[in-house]
Amino acid sequence: MTPTVAIRVLRAPRVPRSSTWFLASAVVLAVFTVGAVFAPFLAPYDPDQVDLLNIQAGPSTLHWLGTDSVGRDTLSRMLYGARTALLAPLLVVVSSTILGVLLGLVAGWRGGWLDAVLGRIFDVVFAFPSLLIAIMAVALFGKGLVAPVIAMSIAYAPFVARLTRSLVTAERTRPYVAAYRVQGFSGAWIASRRVLPNVTPIIGAQSTLNFGYVLAELAALSFLGLGVQAPTADWGAMINEAQAGLIGGYVLPAIVPAVAVVLVVVAVNVIGEELSDRIGGGISA
Amino acid sequence: MTAARRVAGKLGALLLTLLLASMLVFFSRFLVPGDPVSFLLRGRKPSAEAVAQVSAQYGLDLPPWQQYLNWLVGVLHGDFGRSLQYRQDVSVVIGERLPITLGLVVMAGTMIAVIGLAAGIVAAVNRGRLMDRAVLIGLTVLGAIPSFVGSIVLIAVFAVQLGWFPSFGSGDGGFVDTLYHLVLPSIALAIVFVVLVSKVTRSSMVDQLGREHVEVATSRGLTRSAVIRRHVLRNSIGPILTVSGVLVAGLLVASAIVEAAFGLSGIGSLLVQSVDRLDFPVVQAIVLLVVTAFVVVNAVIDVLEPWVDPRSAAGAGAR
Repeated sequence: MTPTVAIRVLRAPRVPRSSTWFLASAVVLAVFTVGAVFAPFLAPYDPDQVDLLNIQAGPSTLHWLGTDSVGRDTLSRMLYGARTALLAPLLVVVSSTILGVLLGLVAGWRGGWLDAVLGRIFDVVFAFPSLLIAIMAVALFGKGLVAPVIAMSIAYAPFVARLTRSLVTAERTRPYVAAYRVQGFSGAWIASRRVLPNVTPIIGAQSTLNFGYVLAELAALSFLGLGVQAPTADWGAMINEAQAGLIGGYVLPAIVPAVAVVLVVVAVNVIGEELSDRIGGGISA
Repeated sequence: MTAARRVAGKLGALLLTLLLASMLVFFSRFLVPGDPVSFLLRGRKPSAEAVAQVSAQYGLDLPPWQQYLNWLVGVLHGDFGRSLQYRQDVSVVIGERLPITLGLVVMAGTMIAVIGLAAGIVAAVNRGRLMDRAVLIGLTVLGAIPSFVGSIVLIAVFAVQLGWFPSFGSGDGGFVDTLYHLVLPSIALAIVFVVLVSKVTRSSMVDQLGREHVEVATSRGLTRSAVIRRHVLRNSIGPILTVSGVLVAGLLVASAIVEAAFGLSGIGSLLVQSVDRLDFPVVQAIVLLVVTAFVVVNAVIDVLEPWVDPRSAAGAGAR
């Protein structure tokens, strides 16, 4: 049904091939990563420190990107917010990739009824959009990022699994696999030591693209007030808190994290697409 | 395989997926450790009346599978239990909010179809040229604008700065006024999906443009527009149709974000509010509705595809 198409959709779009774009994206990601890791050293203020004399202040030498409705420094909050913004999607992507590769490898390698059962399970999970699964997880286990991160790891695993399965199925019939079999290597050894490394780059490119989607969805969850809770600095939560000021024409506390989200997502997408191009992702998923 | 058998097979798969999805929605509650009554009544005074109502609604003294069957039978009759926050039937609460969400989805869907197809066609027809690159770069940037970012930018520019559109609520209830209030939310909702549709349209058309039958049609002396319309676009519809199926669930879920940003009271904002106010029956019902919509729409598209694109049926038989 839809899943293979969903994968194709993620893979189909191509930015015009250009190393300038790739380089610029890598720089953007590096800057945000450094900002996140070294936030305590780089941020001019504590993210929760209130400057009562400068509430909703515009950019100044004191506050480069202004302050929010309670006088907290927007630049500092943006830097600290990069921590949850980058770390949470990383956790989701790593765990969904591990889970998905395992399931896909089993389904593609063993085939038969196991493949059929797993395929049916994937179909059911695909029917639940990932953000909906995350919202459901919050409804069950309470607000915060722990439940959504676990839920989204499960939601994204079938995408990786489908891709892995189709790659492994194609790989299984290759002569080199038969050659190893004749030499008496076990199926598990061939699958994990020889087939898996061959399909890893394509899966890596797909997971890179997933990172952007997950980042946007987790930020959306915090924007809805269901993810990261106040007063913790988080891009989605910052936009949520800045909504009232927005109506009053004070846009900076909302626009700064919004631009951060867009920049990171564009950068990740450009890198992911470039990677899958370079790998020569001629795989029709 | 005959058409009837194919449809029957799809229907069976559809029902199985829905059944499994409903189990997932129902039994998810059992993942929460502890006593079900205290879970369902979190944040509320467990008055004897409330406990009795929740116990009766879920049949908590029965074995789990029987609770599920009772719930399922109720759901099939349109009975999703009672909302804890509104003390009304869940179906009534949802019914009141459904029109706004549907309006939003229809309006955004129209924008997605028109703009997404147009951008994809323009890019494909000019593939490799400046126009194509410009569209692609534009799409890459637009595609990275999540609906909550799109919402606040639209509010900042068109509602606050220019004052052209309202930023909050759905108006006085009149049809035109409602539409007027839904313009910005629909755009915010449509952005990401426009990108999806146009990218699929472009790649699907570019794929067709390189085929021999297009060359033949061109060498027969057909005009460029006739070739594009009859031989390229017509053959590209399959993937476009399939991706529209994926859109449905995406739109319904993203609607939650847009409704929250624009203060609209649809089922999306109801979902968020119900999670916030620990009203689990409403959450369950909305999740089930969204999933059902997704599965049904995709099944319909699956069944329709061979009529729109006869090759897909032939291909399935030949393989």
